[in-house]
Amino acid sequence: MKMTVGGRAVSYVLAYLFALLALYPIVLMISSSLKTNREIFASPLSLPKTFSLDTYKKLWEAVPFADFLWNSVFVSALSVLLITVFSAMAAFYLSRFSFTWTAGLYFFFIIGLMIPIKLGIVPLFLLMKNLGLLNSLWSLILIYTASGIPISVFILTGFFRTLPIELEEAARIDGCSHFQVFWRILLPLIRPALATVVIINFIHAWNDFFFPLIFIQEESLKTIPVGMMVLFGEYETDWSLLFAGLTLSALPMIIVFLLASRQFMEGLTAGAVK
Amino acid sequence: MRWLIHLFPLPALVIYTLFVVYPIFSAFLYSLYDWNGIKRGVFVGLQNFITLFTVEPFNEMFWNAFRHNVFYFVVEMIVQNGIAFGLAFLIYRKIRGSGFLKIAYFMPRLLSVIVIGFLWKLILNPNYGALNSILAKIGLEEWTRPWLGDPDTALLAIILINSWFGIGFAILIFLAGLQSIPEDLIEAARLDGATGLRMLWKMILPLCMPAITIMTIFTFIQAFEAFELVYAMQGSMGEPFYSTDTLAVYFYRMAFSSGAGDVTLGLGSALAVVLFFIVGSVSALSLYLMRKREVQH
Repeated sequence: MKMTVGGRAVSYVLAYLFALLALYPIVLMISSSLKTNREIFASPLSLPKTFSLDTYKKLWEAVPFADFLWNSVFVSALSVLLITVFSAMAAFYLSRFSFTWTAGLYFFFIIGLMIPIKLGIVPLFLLMKNLGLLNSLWSLILIYTASGIPISVFILTGFFRTLPIELEEAARIDGCSHFQVFWRILLPLIRPALATVVIINFIHAWNDFFFPLIFIQEESLKTIPVGMMVLFGEYETDWSLLFAGLTLSALPMIIVFLLASRQFMEGLTAGAVK
Repeated sequence: MRWLIHLFPLPALVIYTLFVVYPIFSAFLYSLYDWNGIKRGVFVGLQNFITLFTVEPFNEMFWNAFRHNVFYFVVEMIVQNGIAFGLAFLIYRKIRGSGFLKIAYFMPRLLSVIVIGFLWKLILNPNYGALNSILAKIGLEEWTRPWLGDPDTALLAIILINSWFGIGFAILIFLAGLQSIPEDLIEAARLDGATGLRMLWKMILPLCMPAITIMTIFTFIQAFEAFELVYAMQGSMGEPFYSTDTLAVYFYRMAFSSGAGDVTLGLGSALAVVLFFIVGSVSALSLYLMRKREVQH
């Protein structure tokens, strides 16, 4: 489609204006973290006059960020691994075999897409208490794994169905078992869908703060989002420290995203619109 | 060893059943009992639901929060999805630097809601916040206000921040929808003399319907589950004066802070069930309609 010169100019202004609107608060967050409190109050919008990491040193002493980081990595990595392996196994079964119950089982998994799991938080809390998992990172891993399964089974089953059945038949004639067909033939072929599943669940597990807020009390077991929350109660007036806390908790994700932005964005939409 | 195949779905099934299905199912049961703190009391049937809808202050609280959820949905549809569609359309029409633009638009989506909440709380701070400073600088001094402290602006501010957060994702969905339109259909329409707005209205929007439907369902679910941002910015009371309260925040209050008395666990579960039915029925209905339309095509 052709656009007039005026229309083109307006498009560019709008598109870049919104980019500024999206980025500005993030830039402001980072630049404010490098300022002193006095500088923030006197000139909130300007860039920092001198570059200083003093605030970060102070932050490091105020919160055990290394612990938080490790907890977040551990919880996210393990949840994502479990989701991916278990969902792929289930999706393989659901897409490649048709027993009387497969359709029903698929439907049972898919209802999870519509269940707001937060609404089950009271029974979930009591369940975790009975299992002795309150104040344990395992409570988070189990919940993220469970709640990530519906969307992952949905995406992977759809993807498995697009693979030609002949591939598998050939492998079976060559004497492959179910497991070998799954592991050696099909899994490598659905790599793009696996990437999608990994990304969606990773963002969710990494950023969530609802479940750690409820299940984790012990300081050293907190994940980054809840760990940082402490700052906002205790250092209410120290703005540069607050901005530094925000920056530090956002940074790992921003770095991962910048390294793999294409994969991220394709992954998030694959399967959503056919 | 053929039976071994039946073990494949088992781990997913067990974990999912135990930590998603069972808690929701239990919440249904809890809603039928009179709960006194930790211990389940007597079976009261639908009494909790009746209380929720007819007894003050519960009924007022419910409708107040419900209105806010509806408002959340409407504003997000107009602001977040409207702007997102416009921007996706610009990128679709080949604007320079679209790679950078996509990354920029998506950036906010990477931050934890807790980070977003506090970041904007600092930006909107009435004394030193950046927004009021900017307004003063460009001569709009009389517009400055305590955005989050004023019941008239607090809810809208939160919804706009949520739109800021979600717009990048919406753009990606719409862009995927736009890019799935076959070139030759557009070409044919142009040869028939369709231009500009007519083309958008008669060709592009209808062909984007799957993406628009998906985004509408997402937005609806998200609007009716709205919790994190409100909690991070305005606490569990939906301050100021419940002006930012949502059903999920109200539910959290009933389940975890006994501010509304200590017999609210059954009532909270009843609220969870109602919320579940609102979200579940609307998304099931729209999925059904979508499926039906696909079959007709």
